[in-house]
Amino acid sequence: MTDRPRTQHILASGLVALVGIWVAWLSFTGTPARAFLFPRIISVVFVALALWTFGKALLGKTRVGPGLSAIAMRNILPGIVVLLIYVFWAAQALGFYTASTIAFFILLSLYDPAPHGAGRTWVKRVLITAGFLAVMYGLFALLLGVFTPREILF
Amino acid sequence: MEFLFYFGDVFTPFNFMLLLIGTIGGLILGATPGLSPTMAVALLIPFTFKLDATQGLILLGAAYTSTVAGGAVSAILLKIPGAPANIATTLDGHTMAKNGQGARALQLSFISSAIGGVFGVLLLIFLTPVLAEWALAFGPSHLFWLAILGVTVIGSLDSSSVVKGLLSGCIGLWLATIGFDDVMGAQRFIFHSSVSGGINIIPALIGLFAIPQVITMFAKGRHQHDAEVLKVEKSPIMDAIREVFRRSRALSIGTLTGSFIGLIPGVGGQIAGLVAYDQSRKASPERKKFGTGHSEGVIAAESANNAMVGPSLVPLLTLSIPGSPTAAVLLGGLLIHGIFPGSDLFENYPDVAWTFINSMLIGQILMCVFGLYVAGLAARVAQVPNAVMAAVVLALAVFGSYSVQNSMGDVYIMAALGTGMYFLERFGFSAAPLVLGLILGPIAEANFVQGAMIANATSNMGSYFFTGALNLTLIGIVVASIAYSVWMELRQRRFLSKEDTLEQQEQTS
Repeated sequence: MTDRPRTQHILASGLVALVGIWVAWLSFTGTPARAFLFPRIISVVFVALALWTFGKALLGKTRVGPGLSAIAMRNILPGIVVLLIYVFWAAQALGFYTASTIAFFILLSLYDPAPHGAGRTWVKRVLITAGFLAVMYGLFALLLGVFTPREILF
Repeated sequence: MEFLFYFGDVFTPFNFMLLLIGTIGGLILGATPGLSPTMAVALLIPFTFKLDATQGLILLGAAYTSTVAGGAVSAILLKIPGAPANIATTLDGHTMAKNGQGARALQLSFISSAIGGVFGVLLLIFLTPVLAEWALAFGPSHLFWLAILGVTVIGSLDSSSVVKGLLSGCIGLWLATIGFDDVMGAQRFIFHSSVSGGINIIPALIGLFAIPQVITMFAKGRHQHDAEVLKVEKSPIMDAIREVFRRSRALSIGTLTGSFIGLIPGVGGQIAGLVAYDQSRKASPERKKFGTGHSEGVIAAESANNAMVGPSLVPLLTLSIPGSPTAAVLLGGLLIHGIFPGSDLFENYPDVAWTFINSMLIGQILMCVFGLYVAGLAARVAQVPNAVMAAVVLALAVFGSYSVQNSMGDVYIMAALGTGMYFLERFGFSAAPLVLGLILGPIAEANFVQGAMIANATSNMGSYFFTGALNLTLIGIVVASIAYSVWMELRQRRFLSKEDTLEQQEQTS
């Protein structure tokens, strides 16, 4: 195992172990005790397995999980930022359909392999986004009547 | 033979229309690489809210059946398995297609899928009522151990690392305890207002299965695989039917292997196809032809992965223990309609149970008929760019999660769990045991608390939970499944794991 995945494994398993310890601490200090009986049993196993995993990562004996490459992280980051803004802010602030359309267009533009310089590419992206909006609105709002937060336009 | 009374219900116009939509939609979704059957069924759940329980289950069951078979289309025509269950199909199916026998490979695939699938559903029909009656003998301690068994079996057998699989199961069991305690009404682990009512299963399922896939598509960046869709020429269907029956050894090995593997909780179709392919190769006098476009390879693999579908629902419908992630999603589909599987299902809702099972039987035949016509279209859909697919799945995940309770909190939970799961998967953790833990956690806890009360009133906890033939048998299976997986891991002779599958898919794409 190279140094980078080893460090990543230590960080990841360490984080899981910390969560386990936090769960165990809350379980054993929470009241009434009877309400925390089952979580206590779970947390003991949780902590034991998490510490075992952390120990293996420290010793560099982790065999599964490829970790994250720099290229993958660079590719993922813009998408995750869009995902988080869409879910945690835009969907409610702008309305589902407006936010979904904007997120769709941005993601399409970010990850579409077609060249950004060509005018036709952008026309195609706009048309695909419009088609997506029409299908989503027709399906959820008109056909299924699903209630969604509506702010701008829809 | 009670199921015969409810056969007519499948053919009411609306039910049949849903069956058709589920079948055709499932074939197309199944052919799309990256959309696993579990994820397809999870994304379809919100569409069932306006339907009654029977109709919802017909749609989900049809999608489950046909996504598994639909995965063969891209496996044969693009050499990209639509689902992990179709990996073995690429070995001979794609070679056949390259040799100009694409249509024949598709025909063999759908016919053997249908035969295997029908056998599997018949097993479901005849085994389920017997086991459901037997399940009445289960008390709280047995149900507690069964729930633990469900988590440990899937945690140890479905993961590349036994410890990480079990740890994933523990995380799921912990997540299930978040919210208010049922007995004392105490608040537990409520660190944000979104989780004050606990974690709703449907948004959690959508997040855990769909979001990691979306982020995996992001990880590929602006790369686009340019897999060529091999042309499908015409081929007489009768020749294919004759060939399937002429290769009866491969068909029976595939069907029996798939059915048996389907019955084992946690194992599922990912290995059914590969084990059947391997066994069929070993038993064949033409074993050297395997891998060079031999029809027996396609027949064994495809009959196995569809034969697994019916039996994989047996533990769910009889003991309320979902034996696979997709069965867990179907359990979610049942629970939103207030229906609990087990003997209660067959006593109080026989119409729901039998119409659903019968629809799966009819669905196998429809899947075979439509599969051959939809294959060309499905292969085209399989070429939809990652960017479009990721954006569509993300939007569906957001709409689906919100529509469960009209709550943004559910959307936050979906996104948080999904994003977290992507990173956990990169470090060897697995979504399947986590989901099983989340679903079986409340069952385990409720029966543990009930058992503890009985134990305090009668004997003590130790003798209540650790004595008795059934308790000891269940504990024995828990220990044996873990010990077996540890042994296999130490010997480094593990079956193809989910992670290997994903890596293999990445390599092939």
